[in-house]
Amino acid sequence: MASLTNRAKVLEQKPMSFMERLYLPAIFKGMAITFSHMFKKKATINYPEEKRPFSPVFRGLHVLNRDEEGRENCTACGLCAVACPAEAITMEAAERKTSEEHLYREEKYAAKYEINMLRCIFCGLCEEACPKDAIYMSETFAPSNFTRKGFIYAKDELLIPNPVTDKEKYEIAKGLREAQLKNK
Amino acid sequence: MHINEILFWFLTALALFSAMMVVFSKNPVHSVLWLIVVFMAITGHYIIMNAQFLAIVNMIVYAGAIMVLFLFVIMFMNLNAESEPQKSKWMKFAAVLSGGSLMLILIAALKDNGGFISSMRGEGSIGLIKNLGKVLFTDYVVPFEISSILFLSAMVGAVVLGKKDSSTIVS
Amino acid sequence: MITMDLLAINFSLGLEKLLLIGAIITFSLIVAMYTTYAERKVAAWMQDRRGPNRAGPFGLLQPAADGLKLFFKEEIIPLTSNKTLFVLGPALAMITAMLTSAVIPWGSSIELFGRNISLQIADVNIGILYVFGVVSMGVYGIMIGGWSSNNKFSLIAAVRGASQIISYELAMGLSLIALLMMTGSLSLKTIVQQQMEGGWNIIYQPLGFLIFLICVFAECNRTPFDLPEAENELNFGYHQEYSSMKLGLYLFAEYVNMFISSAVVSTLFFGGYDIPFVDETALSLSLGANTVALLGFAALFAKILFFLFLFIWVRWTIPRFRYDQLMDLGWKKLIPLALANMLITAVVILWLNK
Repeated sequence: MASLTNRAKVLEQKPMSFMERLYLPAIFKGMAITFSHMFKKKATINYPEEKRPFSPVFRGLHVLNRDEEGRENCTACGLCAVACPAEAITMEAAERKTSEEHLYREEKYAAKYEINMLRCIFCGLCEEACPKDAIYMSETFAPSNFTRKGFIYAKDELLIPNPVTDKEKYEIAKGLREAQLKNK
Repeated sequence: MHINEILFWFLTALALFSAMMVVFSKNPVHSVLWLIVVFMAITGHYIIMNAQFLAIVNMIVYAGAIMVLFLFVIMFMNLNAESEPQKSKWMKFAAVLSGGSLMLILIAALKDNGGFISSMRGEGSIGLIKNLGKVLFTDYVVPFEISSILFLSAMVGAVVLGKKDSSTIVS
Repeated sequence: MITMDLLAINFSLGLEKLLLIGAIITFSLIVAMYTTYAERKVAAWMQDRRGPNRAGPFGLLQPAADGLKLFFKEEIIPLTSNKTLFVLGPALAMITAMLTSAVIPWGSSIELFGRNISLQIADVNIGILYVFGVVSMGVYGIMIGGWSSNNKFSLIAAVRGASQIISYELAMGLSLIALLMMTGSLSLKTIVQQQMEGGWNIIYQPLGFLIFLICVFAECNRTPFDLPEAENELNFGYHQEYSSMKLGLYLFAEYVNMFISSAVVSTLFFGGYDIPFVDETALSLSLGANTVALLGFAALFAKILFFLFLFIWVRWTIPRFRYDQLMDLGWKKLIPLALANMLITAVVILWLNK
């Protein structure tokens, strides 16, 4: 059969020489290779003790941001939900009452905000769409769960810790974010 | 009773019982396995007679090699009870007759040789490898070599039988 | 005669032998346990991984965890299997694996409570033949297990295993005949003592050693000869239907076999309990006989460890043979080579004695 291209390599199949037919030299060579691998650097990382560093552009779990006084940034404008290609984000808006000024930064806020982590493809478009710097993606990933319901994250799981009441945790989360931003 | 005697009677009982089981068990694989037990018991007898070489050769050759080949063939057979061919009455009669006469001869031979058996239970040393080798390669060297030639010819015959006719393969 | 001594039971001798048997069995089981650990560790290292390191420090409790897991698994006996034989199979595999250790000299003798205790269970004058006898019994474990499972894969594996073991037993025996012509004795203890005086047998019988080693690999069903348990062709072969500790016994028997065969190889070709480059009699004058006996045991153990490592090393290097290649190697290469080796040895011995 004529070949379609002239790139085909003709395999030369000559009978094995005596040394090759002995097999033992080849076996010893193979054994030397495997032996040398015993002393090479291990590719495995001892996971819970050692962690592989995330890349600077890593996009993990979402976090809803607060300002320095602990007020939620989100105004429930819905841009993130529109931007989301997987339609993972749902929200319900509500009007801020006068007594709630210390809770929400602007007059409108998200009464309900849910992200379905099973739908989410972690593309980061929500983060880019947000005009208020209210949502960003952290350096953790969604832990496993027994039910599908467990993967629908509501506001209490998404919100960053309050800097006024829970300063320590907020600093940790904030610090991680700053490092992330600096890397970008 | 001396420990040797206890062992002797135990092994004898074991050998006889398993020999019976060889005949009586329905499943051919079980028969083969019981036969192995018989050989093991006989190996034990050899050891009591201080014939260690014979004992171990009995174990290697009979229990270890020949019985494995038996088992090999039997495992491949179709062992359904329905498909087992029924032997004719005349066949059974002939089998009983020939088996019975063999037993008669064996009993007659053993009856005359009572002294022989008791001497074998002593501490003879003919079964040790050194003595056996000397006897085989001096007094019995010609029969020994002839039997080895016989085995060789048997082997060649097996190869010839096993080899496919090259002309049939081509056609 | 030795067997006569054994049979004419002497109480203290009996106790001594029983203790020795217990010690050796325990020892081989522990070593086999840790060989499974070593296998996983070395395999990991050779593949640039880390291996088990979660159970205990460095994963040292891993074999215990594996064993416990096997014990707690559900015991399944297939409905259509032959029940008695199904249970008998793994037991036979384990028993035959352990039996060989009886004739291996684990060391010279030690003095304890005024008794001279030989570190060998039975110094029979047909030691090597005994090893062969027990090894040839080892086929039944595989065959019975494979057949009684009533499963085509198991049956094919059993037949493969049996024919492989029978084929390689021949070459194994022939390769040893050359060695036996040199030593003139079948007793393992005598062979070791000769090596202590005249140098190790590996120097005189390199080809015999090579053939013997290859056959040992085949007898243990280790890669490259692990066709009976080829997991990707036969779904783990003859122990496919087994579960729980019955499976454990099969797997474990393989490691016990490895340990015992390593001991046999070291005894036959590498001087057994001979400490290399040291004159034992001179050493025993300065250190005492007991210390030297223990050192000798340590030397034997070091040799065994090397061979165990070799088993593992080869397993993670060489792929499996095809079945026709296996038979080709056994019958057409190793047996003629062993015969040639035998002839050459005979000629040299005759020429030197002339």
